[in-house]
Amino acid sequence: MTQHLTGFGLGMRRPHYRSYVDGTAPVDFIEVISENFMIAGGKPLDTLMKARANYPLALHGVSMSIGSADGLRGDYLAELRRLVDMMEPAVVSDHLCWTRIDQFNSHDLLSLPYTEEALDAVCRNIDRAQEALGRRMLFENPSSYIAFPGAMTEWEFLTAMTKRTGCGLLLDVNNIHVSAVNHGFAGEDYLAGVPMDAVGQIHLAGHVRGEHLLIDTHDQPVPDEVWALYRAATELAGPVPTMIERDDNIPELEELCAELDVARVISADVAGTRIAA
Amino acid sequence: MSLLTLQRDFRDWLVTGDDSAAAALGGGPGTLVYQNNYRTALVSSLAETFQRHALWLGEEAFESAAARYIDARPPSSWTLDAYGEDFTDFVATLWPDDPEVGESALIDWTVGQVFVGPDAEALLPEALAVADWETAVIRAVPSLLVLPITTNADAIWQALATGEAPPPAETAEHGTALLVWRQGLEPVFRRAEAHERDVLAWSAAGQGFAAICERLAETLGEEAAVTAAGTLLGRWLSEGMVAAVD
Repeated sequence: MTQHLTGFGLGMRRPHYRSYVDGTAPVDFIEVISENFMIAGGKPLDTLMKARANYPLALHGVSMSIGSADGLRGDYLAELRRLVDMMEPAVVSDHLCWTRIDQFNSHDLLSLPYTEEALDAVCRNIDRAQEALGRRMLFENPSSYIAFPGAMTEWEFLTAMTKRTGCGLLLDVNNIHVSAVNHGFAGEDYLAGVPMDAVGQIHLAGHVRGEHLLIDTHDQPVPDEVWALYRAATELAGPVPTMIERDDNIPELEELCAELDVARVISADVAGTRIAA
Repeated sequence: MSLLTLQRDFRDWLVTGDDSAAAALGGGPGTLVYQNNYRTALVSSLAETFQRHALWLGEEAFESAAARYIDARPPSSWTLDAYGEDFTDFVATLWPDDPEVGESALIDWTVGQVFVGPDAEALLPEALAVADWETAVIRAVPSLLVLPITTNADAIWQALATGEAPPPAETAEHGTALLVWRQGLEPVFRRAEAHERDVLAWSAAGQGFAAICERLAETLGEEAAVTAAGTLLGRWLSEGMVAAVD
């Protein structure tokens, strides 16, 4: 049965599988990388089935390549549909990026130029994906290290994309911060430009500072700058299902849950302020 | 620049690492981040897939082989798990005089495939009571894969998997086969017994148990053939290798 996503969750990662399978992890929902479970059978699917019985699920993809100029792969959509039908997730999402062109798959979330041509391609692909899956999807704003010349800002692109396709947004606050620093815009301007009524989920994560750029590594705790931006996003969007992504240098579950409590406090604080106002 | 051209230029930069390809994207430190991400993800994927093989080769040799593979075989699948599909053949050509190198990689790859292979309940021995042996066809669990090997790569792999010192590589006088399948959720493997590879192949081709006994009888004689086939079937059942007797 498909459940609604609410509250505060974590990305389900291998070191903590047992706590999700036995239902003891104190989270409101879990998210997994779709492609890790687009398989025939075996232990990964068995684990996800058991965890799925305990928590509402979000499927988060990294290989749909919604920005590919040459369209989407039918076999990919069919495999994802199979997983969606099996797991009945509350949310299915991917990224505003491209990963594949022709027969080459980069396995990285590559930047798009924010042009009318790219918008047409992205919207065409989203329409096809949502039709193939029989449901609305969320698309995540990417972190980026290259900014191509374009006709619009990323938030203007996202706004047009949601209007034309009806898709929702997965707002990654860390990605906003990383791209803002790398490309010299204000994260607050980005938030002000995003259609908050389309935001269906929020991601939080950490990053590292490289020699020239911030790098979105998901291997560090959520830093203060991202918490500040999260507060600003929550003030604009209201309560939105929020989770922390930690993909490397993964700490004990208790440490991640303590970090998630910070999000709970900020969200409650903002909600309290709203009620008081 | 069209979107298609930009994406092909980006691909060229990731695959070749040529400065001219980076310049087509505007250059700058961001291009290096993507180049690093691309290669790091592929090396990590290969290291994850070929863990025991990498231990056998040693870190330096494995990373060198991975780097050459990445240069030669840009990824095409949407899943990173598929990236190592050709790596087994690739390393076999890099070490043609050390066949255990390719075979250890093949075992890693196959165990990984079996781990996420199709599910099936193993048949319980009691189910045989109602089988019609004139027509019965043995169906193996769908995760079963048969690997031809010529070395003791299986012993090397097992030792590395359990943290023991691996034996020296040896080449067998006669090639054999490994049977790799899943017992419940865990992959297992063992060497095939005499005639086992043939019997499995005949069963997979749809031949009935009675017909298989007749074929075995051509080399073993009738009584020994029935005993051999029955022994194999009993072993398969006890090892969870049979999904159905149709």
